[in-house]
Amino acid sequence: MGDGQKRFYYWAMAPAVLLVVVFFVLPLLQVLWLSVSEPTLGLQNYAALIDNPLLHRVWLNTIRVCALTTLIALTAGYPVAYAMAQVGEQHRTLMIFCIVLTFWLSVLIRAFAWVMILRTEGVLNSALLCLGLVDQPVRLVRNEIGVLIGMAHYMLPIAVLPMYSSMQAIPRTYVDAARGLGARAWQTFFWVYLPLSKPGIIAASVLVFIFSLGFFITPAILGGGRVVMIAEYIRVSFDETLRWGYATMLASTLLIALSLGLALVARTINVQKVFGA
Amino acid sequence: MTGHNFWPRLRWTLLLAGAWSVLGFLVVPMLIVVPVSLTDRNYLSLPEHSLSLRHYATFLANPLWFASTLQSLLIAAVSAAASVFLGALCAIGCWRLSNGWSAAVRLLMLAPLIVPTVIQGLAMYRLWAAAGLYDTYAGVVLAHTITGIPYVIITVSASLAGFDVRLEQAARGLGASALDTIRLVVIPAVVPGLISGGVFAFIHSFDELVIVLFITSREIKTLPKRIWDGLQDRIDPTIAAVSVVLIVATLLLLLADAWIRRRRAQRRSIAAGPIAIEPQGRAA
Repeated sequence: MGDGQKRFYYWAMAPAVLLVVVFFVLPLLQVLWLSVSEPTLGLQNYAALIDNPLLHRVWLNTIRVCALTTLIALTAGYPVAYAMAQVGEQHRTLMIFCIVLTFWLSVLIRAFAWVMILRTEGVLNSALLCLGLVDQPVRLVRNEIGVLIGMAHYMLPIAVLPMYSSMQAIPRTYVDAARGLGARAWQTFFWVYLPLSKPGIIAASVLVFIFSLGFFITPAILGGGRVVMIAEYIRVSFDETLRWGYATMLASTLLIALSLGLALVARTINVQKVFGA
Repeated sequence: MTGHNFWPRLRWTLLLAGAWSVLGFLVVPMLIVVPVSLTDRNYLSLPEHSLSLRHYATFLANPLWFASTLQSLLIAAVSAAASVFLGALCAIGCWRLSNGWSAAVRLLMLAPLIVPTVIQGLAMYRLWAAAGLYDTYAGVVLAHTITGIPYVIITVSASLAGFDVRLEQAARGLGASALDTIRLVVIPAVVPGLISGGVFAFIHSFDELVIVLFITSREIKTLPKRIWDGLQDRIDPTIAAVSVVLIVATLLLLLADAWIRRRRAQRRSIAAGPIAIEPQGRAA
């Protein structure tokens, strides 16, 4: 390829790159800078990480909810991905459509629908009362159960798709060979299929955990202010206190935690591939 | 049924039942908004005496809901178009160069997907306020263009993965300019990626709430922002009606996208048929 031609393709990339650098990267750098310079230069904002018990609780909530969400989404998603990799063409199209539709449905509407179902006067509680399974309504929303249900619902498609694409690449002959050599069904699954689908499982956990960490709308609506996670806490401290040093410190901590996490897993997996490009 | 066949079949049935229960958990709860939207009460409930369309009427007739819908449509259309234009150029550049730089660029362009939106909103707020973009259409369009680009990069890159670089080289070799090559050879080959990227960027913008909460106040009140406000204080069934409309719209958009891509794939396989056969014929 000639130099002129090369230059042309560099110019093609330039507008998007420029836009993202100026309006995305620079503001992020400013957040990092403000966290150590507002109100005065130094790490005093970060002292809250050590001596603020409220912040400890927020981080513990965040990590617990994210870990549980990842666990639920992966356990429920694995059989779906497995079935998708085995069924016929039309059946698979239908399954994929269910997943893609849910993936693109408004987060707000999904949280709203769950409030309708889970609240004390909601559909589920009415049904339980009618059937006489409970004497009084069960609290399912404005607590961690509600948040977990909403988050798992949001993250399931994100868990299924990478697992499915890694299972698709497993040659059917491997399974047949294992069976032919005398392995039982469960042995074939645990010793052959599961290890082969491990890249998909890892990719799915990384994606789900990372997206959960920064999640805001679902916990805010289904947690009703009782299960405050780090993203909601950042929003609240921006809205109510306007203490820029504190808010940017929280954001920087989350950003750094995310980058460290990604850097750690980047040793074992291709991060770029996980995100689809 | 023979004993030999019984266990595999049972396992398979159980697996399918499990998979479909999970898919049911995904889809069925979303249908609950349909009966709620048809309630005859003016509070959230299932219909008591009769079905009523009054909440749909409220949604359509109320100037506030109407203005929000229009705002959201406008912002989503403009920012999706901008995302497609910028993202496609960038993806094509990355694909053709494919060196260390382009790999770094692609990772950079995906960053808006990875960085939590709360951090993006917080970061944008200061710059947007300083640049006079706070609470303006231009400000929201700019934010949504940037956050929509990753979807276009992903879909266009996927389309390019199946495109033969030699076609581009052939066009150049036959004397087409770089611009003409992109316009007449590369772009037509990635149309499905452009369409999907546009649809995804549109849905993304139409749906985006968190950044909007940070960079707007009174002037801009997109549909998600109005729903959010509604959920914060008194929830009324209009939100259920809005939800049904949005679910149907999402469904139609995705179906249209799938349909267009499928039709193209069919046409392409028919058109490609004779070309693929020709060299073999000659060899024989």
